[in-house]
Amino acid sequence: MSGGFVTLFYKELLRFWKVAFQTVAAPVLTAMLYLLIFSHVLEARVQVYGSLRYTAFLVPGLVMMSILQNAFSNSSSSLIQSKVTGNIIFVLLPPISYREFYAAYVLAAMVRGVIVGAGVLLVTAFFTPLQFAHPLWIFAFALIAGGVMGSLGVVAGIWADKFDQLAAFQNFLIMPLTFLSGVFYSIHSLPSFWQGVSHFNPVFYMIDGFRYGFFGVSDVAPWQSFAVAFVSLLVLAALTLNFLRRGYKLRG
Amino acid sequence: MIPAIRIQQVAKRYGSLQALGGVDLEVAQGEFFGLLGPNGAGKTTLISSLAGLVRPDSGTLEVMGHDVQSDYRNARRNLGVVPQEIVFDPFFSVRETLKFQSGYFGIRDNDDWIDEILANLDLTNKAHANMRTLSGGMKRRVMVAQALVHRPPVIVLDEPTAGVDVELRQTLWQFVRRLNQDGHTIVLTTHYLEEAESLCSRIAMLKAGRVVALDSTENLLSSHANHALRFRLAEGDVLPLVFEGRATRSEEGWVLPFEDYSEVGALVDTLRNAGCTLQDLEIGKPDLEEVFLDVMKGQAS
Ligand SMILES: Nc1ncnc2c1ncn2[C@@H]1O[C@H](COP(=O)(O)OP(=O)(O)OP(=O)(O)O)[C@@H](O)[C@H]1O
Ligand SMILES: [Mg+2]
Repeated sequence: MSGGFVTLFYKELLRFWKVAFQTVAAPVLTAMLYLLIFSHVLEARVQVYGSLRYTAFLVPGLVMMSILQNAFSNSSSSLIQSKVTGNIIFVLLPPISYREFYAAYVLAAMVRGVIVGAGVLLVTAFFTPLQFAHPLWIFAFALIAGGVMGSLGVVAGIWADKFDQLAAFQNFLIMPLTFLSGVFYSIHSLPSFWQGVSHFNPVFYMIDGFRYGFFGVSDVAPWQSFAVAFVSLLVLAALTLNFLRRGYKLRG
Repeated sequence: MIPAIRIQQVAKRYGSLQALGGVDLEVAQGEFFGLLGPNGAGKTTLISSLAGLVRPDSGTLEVMGHDVQSDYRNARRNLGVVPQEIVFDPFFSVRETLKFQSGYFGIRDNDDWIDEILANLDLTNKAHANMRTLSGGMKRRVMVAQALVHRPPVIVLDEPTAGVDVELRQTLWQFVRRLNQDGHTIVLTTHYLEEAESLCSRIAMLKAGRVVALDSTENLLSSHANHALRFRLAEGDVLPLVFEGRATRSEEGWVLPFEDYSEVGALVDTLRNAGCTLQDLEIGKPDLEEVFLDVMKGQAS
């Protein structure tokens, strides 16, 4: 690691922090609205894991969803903006290796994801009492999820040439993956076919393991979720690093 | 001594277009080198290859003896590039931009040098302005500053004066000249040929991805261009027969080349004796524009 990495990482942090109103406050508000609406509609009707109140069940899901979406958003929008405006050239000219480049973008994405997630947790704590059964699992899944989506954001930001291509990536891949992963429900409440389908969605394991950290109960064992999430991270990291090493779409 | 830049057999294709067709070029340390050529000749592609922004299909490039692929860290530390297109990060101020650029090269506490660059580029009072609020010419000067933060021994400027006003162009050249006197190697592309002529000691001309001329500016001028008499004839006058084939018509009138100043008197007499009324008579020194046009014409594909 060289000074180049530190600066690039810091620049990426500053980039979202300077507009924290849009990049942090807005997604926290969105998550809070989800909580208000869904808990209003479903609180009385749905019980999960036996006695757990729906609002309490929903909170970790929303926190994880915020981490996922904001981590993705951070690296992908930074890269596409730099590409479209052309200022990406200023990070391509210095002696920054492709690994440092990757680390800077993904770590900044993780930080943004975790900050927004913490914000959501803080705000939703007013609405429902929370437990923290296994805090280490909470951290582990938060970081891995941020890393996975930060990587995916780097891939999307590099691949997309225009903003609408990035929007398509977000709408047709990221949104379905996060929404169909058990943010709003336990997959045990699904018909068995859809339960089966959910097991092919790596995001499901991230949310399920994350929830285990809060309640100590989950749909699958936390170690299994951890294994799936971790392997997803490794696969995506390898893919993204391969893109960067070859200079795909960045060094013509 | 290791050359500042060594380019060997560099070729690059974009689909069916041969942007660079096997370029060989060496620039010695301390040179002020001009890279000229019409639009699309491949100048920017060559510079981008040197900077590692473009990966050529074949050939090798070195900066101060460091291969730009296998030893990219050292190659890039030794190279400062001012890109052709104006680009900037709208999130940051001028000073922030320069601090970040320093940081990317692993340099902290670069404020003294940044101040000096800002002063030399007449940007001191814009240091805290957001990049968005600068005029085009100011943004370009910031790009020059960005290329210099790490004090690179080799500096490549891709059309740095496009869109920069006369006064600032002078300031910029003064600064670049001083950098050159301090030992920096300068490579410059420009479409203002008078600039290239007065600044560059050696020039390469590129056409359709190939080097079609490479020599000292002096040699290029003396081998391709002549002194010439430029004049217009009054309405109805015709050029004397003896000059046909020798004189060429330009937009401003006739151009009559000659070898030596002693011939001027005789040429003018011949014209007068033939009954011609000369208007706007001018004795032209050879200039790079002529050389350029001549070289490009000679290379018509
Ligand atoms: N990314 C690209 N994709 C396809 N073609 C390209 C690309 N970059 C450059 N070219 C083509 O390569 C050729 C050389 O372009 P280049 O930008 O190097 O020219 P130049 O000499 O810098 O011209 P100018 O004086 O206009 O800046 C042009 O025909 C250009 O269209
Ligand atoms: Mg160009």
